Amino acid sequence: MDQAATAQASTRSFGSQKMARATLGQMVLALFIALFLLGFLIFPVATVLYVAFTEKGTGAFTLINFIDFARTDLFVRSFWNSFYVSAMSVVLASVFALPLAYITTRFTFRGAGLIQTLGFLPLIMPPFVGAVAMLLLFGRNGSINLLLDDWFGFKIPFMEGLNGVILVQSIHYFPFILINLSASLRNIDRAMEESAQNLGSSGFRLFRRIVFPLAMPGYLAGASLVFVKVFDDLATPLLLNVKDMLAPQAYLRVTSIGIADPMGYVISVVLIVMSVLAMWLSACAMKGRDYATVQRGGGGLMKRSMNRFETIVAYGVVTLILLLVLAPHLALLLLSFATVWSFSPLPDAYTLAHYSRVFGESFVYIKNTFLYASLAGLIDVVLGVAISYLVLRTKLIGREWLDFMASAALAIPGVVLGIGFLRAFYGVTLWNGQPLATVWIMIVIALAIRRLPYALRACYAALQQISQSLEEAAENLGANKARTVRRIVLPLMTGGIVAGFVTSFSTAAVELSATLMLVQSNSDAPLAYGLYVFMQSPAGRGPGAALGVIAVILVAVCSWASHVLIERTQKARGATS
Amino acid sequence: MLRFIHWAVLTVAVGLAPYAQAQSGKVTVVTSFSKDVTDPIKKAFEKAVPGATLEVQNRNTNAGVKYLEETKANNQVDLFWASAPDAFEVLKTKGLLQKYQPKATGIPEKIGSYPINDPQGTYFGFAASGYGIMWNERYAKANKLPDPKEWSDLAKPVYYDHVLMAAPSRSGTTHLTIETILQGEGWDKGWRAIKDMSGNFRQITERSFGVPEAVNSGQVGVGIVIDFFAFSSQASGFPVKFVYPTVTTIVPANVAIVTNAPNKAGAEAFVDFLLSPAGQEVLLEPSIRRLPVNPSVYAKAPADYPNPFTNPSLGARVKFDVDLSEKRTNVVDALYDQLVTFQLDNLKAATKALHEAEGALAKKDNPQARSLVKEARDLIAAMPVTEAQAASSEIAGAFTGGKEKGARQAELEQQWASFAKTRYQEAQAKAEQALKLAR
Repeated sequence: MDQAATAQASTRSFGSQKMARATLGQMVLALFIALFLLGFLIFPVATVLYVAFTEKGTGAFTLINFIDFARTDLFVRSFWNSFYVSAMSVVLASVFALPLAYITTRFTFRGAGLIQTLGFLPLIMPPFVGAVAMLLLFGRNGSINLLLDDWFGFKIPFMEGLNGVILVQSIHYFPFILINLSASLRNIDRAMEESAQNLGSSGFRLFRRIVFPLAMPGYLAGASLVFVKVFDDLATPLLLNVKDMLAPQAYLRVTSIGIADPMGYVISVVLIVMSVLAMWLSACAMKGRDYATVQRGGGGLMKRSMNRFETIVAYGVVTLILLLVLAPHLALLLLSFATVWSFSPLPDAYTLAHYSRVFGESFVYIKNTFLYASLAGLIDVVLGVAISYLVLRTKLIGREWLDFMASAALAIPGVVLGIGFLRAFYGVTLWNGQPLATVWIMIVIALAIRRLPYALRACYAALQQISQSLEEAAENLGANKARTVRRIVLPLMTGGIVAGFVTSFSTAAVELSATLMLVQSNSDAPLAYGLYVFMQSPAGRGPGAALGVIAVILVAVCSWASHVLIERTQKARGATS
Repeated sequence: MLRFIHWAVLTVAVGLAPYAQAQSGKVTVVTSFSKDVTDPIKKAFEKAVPGATLEVQNRNTNAGVKYLEETKANNQVDLFWASAPDAFEVLKTKGLLQKYQPKATGIPEKIGSYPINDPQGTYFGFAASGYGIMWNERYAKANKLPDPKEWSDLAKPVYYDHVLMAAPSRSGTTHLTIETILQGEGWDKGWRAIKDMSGNFRQITERSFGVPEAVNSGQVGVGIVIDFFAFSSQASGFPVKFVYPTVTTIVPANVAIVTNAPNKAGAEAFVDFLLSPAGQEVLLEPSIRRLPVNPSVYAKAPADYPNPFTNPSLGARVKFDVDLSEKRTNVVDALYDQLVTFQLDNLKAATKALHEAEGALAKKDNPQARSLVKEARDLIAAMPVTEAQAASSEIAGAFTGGKEKGARQAELEQQWASFAKTRYQEAQAKAEQALKLAR
């Protein structure tokens, strides 16, 4: 396949009648996925959300609650705030992600793998303790503002109001763009770039007209994830005490006074509709274009070496961005060694006591986290590959709905999913009388459902970049569908699959909201739960931070290992060409 | 790939195995208490009752209540253990708590003016806590804040933007603080005091623990908290202080046996242990620091330990009416959310303008400006519902999601929110006018 002679990008037309008939295997696969999603996503969530459509008192079907939504100032204001924050976060996140992705994939750059790994860390911000660390650094009386006030007599409101949310969200979620865009850039056919250069294009024009457009699937996959995730995220606004956004409103109502009131569920429905809409729009933007390239040799873009000036600029930019986005993790590290850290730029003193306190009990948490998150990540990439294959490569009727269903999971508040799981599966008992909902495998499934959209987007983008002509060639040479997928499609998708696995795995490792509903005992608990338990008391802050550091290191090592894996496979492939 | 699936299936099977045999001495408790509280008690309990193991499921109070509700058909939980008495009331009315007569002796009927145990015998107070004001000394020094003593102090201009509280709808303990002020001062005067104070808030958090956390780390200077948060923060070395205002209620934290508990004997043993002198003494540990309900245990406490049984100012001033509180719980929470939490920016703007106008008036009096300020204060204090309406079944019914037809919660909330918004804006305009006159 590496010897593919043509560098022509658009090869979609011939042989498409072959795709018209779906094979039995594809239908069975689609049915299986549909059943899985219906059983573990749509059904449990519906048991909770149907309230949104019922009339108070009678329980009859009504849309009056949605009219109430539109008539309530607070909700309308929240809606627009959420929209504004999400859009601006995409912009700012792109500013962080583009230089890192471009520099590390396009130039020979020492430490590119390390930078990719570090740039990925912000996604793994352990719940609660991450917030405390961030406030200690950037808050109104955080280290930076205390120093600024001391030296210059002013403070910068990093963490105030909507702008604070935008800053924190972009730092937190820009890795979605980084990881997907990098995977995309690696997959671009070098020949495309070379032909453009032969035709006289270079520099920024080359990037703008050739490289970036070809990397579009990855960028859009990341950007749409950032948009939807920010739109649906409740932890960050709540940590900054910004309540007039949509997701926090839903959460506040579902978990407190509005528990019997339909409005919380109405907002959840609005969130789901918006997420699916955003995903659909990003799919539309890609429609009618073909991003597939044929040649797969040599591992993507030519890596250029930089001259001295370029090197200095590149290192400067990378260092600056990394310093900013990793600052919360540095604060977390400090916090885990701090005795008391209160209204001062740095902790009063340092100790190892927090680590020794969590050392004994953290082993079971680490084991569980590793088990749950890797199983969930595995389920996610299997489903992600299958769904993107069905959507992009078959003509099954209604196949997009698999994508929409899976993407809707992004918008469902974890607590709604948690309650839905209890409602749907607690009545089901196993042979020994234990309720199904209390078996730890349900935590894995809940995590897999919640993180499926991440893996799905990554796999989807990867498959979009592969030309169908490669599969057709294989089939013409006598391979059947299954063999083609196994020998041609999957190996070519490796980068995307790994990206998807890493994203799902690492975010599952720190998820809490659904887990909190489903954890039954300490021996089944993941790290995030252990952290939550610590972070409910003043004395637990240090140990909580220590657990947080352990979680971050654990996930970082895994993600670094997968980058090494990508590099190796690409080198290996380059060598055979 | 295939090998991995094998491995995965195998781990699933192995992971499930321990469930096959249920342990006989396992007592399962759902609690909102942190590890610092549960660990020492678990240790002491397992030592006192050989063969028993305490399985702690940590959930916040709301999630715990929701969990018991959703799982009642096949209940696996023996005990519910949390602070806020209203959570237990909710569980009681849903029939999720079981009656029991604890064996412990020497525990009085009341602490302050609050009954320690549920009169129907479904839940039992095991530790008392009061509400008060906590502040960070370093922050106070840097911002030149005086030490607060009373709730009304927090309404003073000097505290503007320095105070933090959890939303009463999110924190059972804060809810009781608000209810205590309302009962102690009366509906209208109480709300006026609450809004005056809230106008000085920096933010309103959605978790009870968010308040001590912010005060401990110095992000906010002053917080309204339950006492043990402050005591355990001090024990952890944070530079914080705490005071009980005169209008405060000492309220018991409770434990209850869940209906159809799988290990009823174990659950009863735990309740009896918790109320026994041995169990009560564990509460004195620095990381826990709660007030025992058995007066004799205070003999073993450090000298400066607050003792509500000998100190009459702790909680005895307010006669707390549990039934009244219960009837209007949701309405009070929703009122606070709509009038304060979600209108905080407007309320703060009005409050700031008032502080400035009053500051100018103190220097140079002007009768016209003074009456404008009074009008502005009254606009802020105005309430969309009266005390009688708040407890009426029509309004309360909108929040219970019950079967009766009536006003929808969203409709009422929108009305209240716009009521507050227009008045706060008018108040701000009047205060700004007053400031001009006074200059």
